[in-house]
Amino acid sequence: MRTRESTLWTWHLIAGAAILVLLGIHMFIMHLGDFFGIVQGDVLGWASVIERSKEVAFVVIYVLLLGAALYHGLYGLRTIIFELNIPERAERVISVLFVLGGVALFIIGVYGTFVAYSYVAPAVGV
Amino acid sequence: MIEPASPTQGEKTEEIVKNVKFKVLRFDRDTTPSPRVDNFEVPVKKGTTVLDALHYIKENLDSTLAWRYSCRMGVCGSCGMFINGFPRLACNTQVLELEADVIDIKPLPNFDTIRDLVPDLSVLFEKHRSVKPYTLRKDMAEVDNPSGEFFQTDEEMERYIQFTYCIKCGLCMAACPTVATDKRYLGPQSITQAHRYNVDSRDDGRAERKAVALGPHGAFRCHFAGACSEACPKGVDPAFAIQLLKRDAFAGSLGVLRKKKASGVAPKLTSGTRLEGVPDAPKRTV
Repeated sequence: MRTRESTLWTWHLIAGAAILVLLGIHMFIMHLGDFFGIVQGDVLGWASVIERSKEVAFVVIYVLLLGAALYHGLYGLRTIIFELNIPERAERVISVLFVLGGVALFIIGVYGTFVAYSYVAPAVGV
Repeated sequence: MIEPASPTQGEKTEEIVKNVKFKVLRFDRDTTPSPRVDNFEVPVKKGTTVLDALHYIKENLDSTLAWRYSCRMGVCGSCGMFINGFPRLACNTQVLELEADVIDIKPLPNFDTIRDLVPDLSVLFEKHRSVKPYTLRKDMAEVDNPSGEFFQTDEEMERYIQFTYCIKCGLCMAACPTVATDKRYLGPQSITQAHRYNVDSRDDGRAERKAVALGPHGAFRCHFAGACSEACPKGVDPAFAIQLLKRDAFAGSLGVLRKKKASGVAPKLTSGTRLEGVPDAPKRTV
């Protein structure tokens, strides 16, 4: 019992669950350490950001979070727009635009992540 | 000679409890350019239903008032209307239980209105038909010319029995916030009936219903407000049916939904005797 819409919706659920975990990790590391009484140091500082961006685990988390958030958000937005009684043809156009826009944003995000991953700090004081 | 019945024998003797003001929305799509509200004062007794009050208005105050009704006992689903801001059956709603001195009556929302309190339910029936709400099987020869009953256990019947109580009154559709915004949304009534037949062990039509029930304006557009289940006068719980259908769709998308095969004809009894007084089954007429 599978339709195109049921597959899209299933991925919407999976993306939502993934966001819960991945965003949880992000929030825990970046913002909630103090709340749980963990001394984390300057996690929001430039040096810490660069250090994290060079760890494969963080790169994977960022890419997955980007993909999940984009898919979940765009599918939700598409659902809201579909409820506005727009013509079927407009629905198809919006679906295509959202796929193209989502893929473009994902590529830009992944590109940024890998730029940070391969970032080499300029030598200072030479 | 037959004695005349005493005046109180078999008659209700309740006294008028109070007068209630009814504000009724009047509209005729053929003649009235815009709706208006008419006020009526109705004497109410204990047990008086909104339907009774409408009859009182028609008989005594305004014979042009229009509404739809038939059975007067919450079975036919004809007299659905918007009573004090909630979709209800007029026959099933006692005036005193509303605990109000003023009662607003409007036609069901989310439907076009034909006249006064008569909604145009054709959209409901079109959507209902679209999910093929009947048993679909591969062996249609057996359906057309049955050699016996299709086998079903009590447990299998429990999976769908509550959803068969739907009387197609449209109250769930009137209560649904998604139907209010998305005119193409299938709505709780039709999705519930799709699920009702999908889980019937005698049915084999799941694949034929999925295109509509699980389409772009099918079950996935449900926001789970639960208003449909609250409004249903028969306790059908359409919101539950929609969630069950979505659960099956989720399992189907992951490829873990259990395959279903429609049950066959129940084996004929080879022993036992019929209880005394039980007649033969009537001859087939079709």
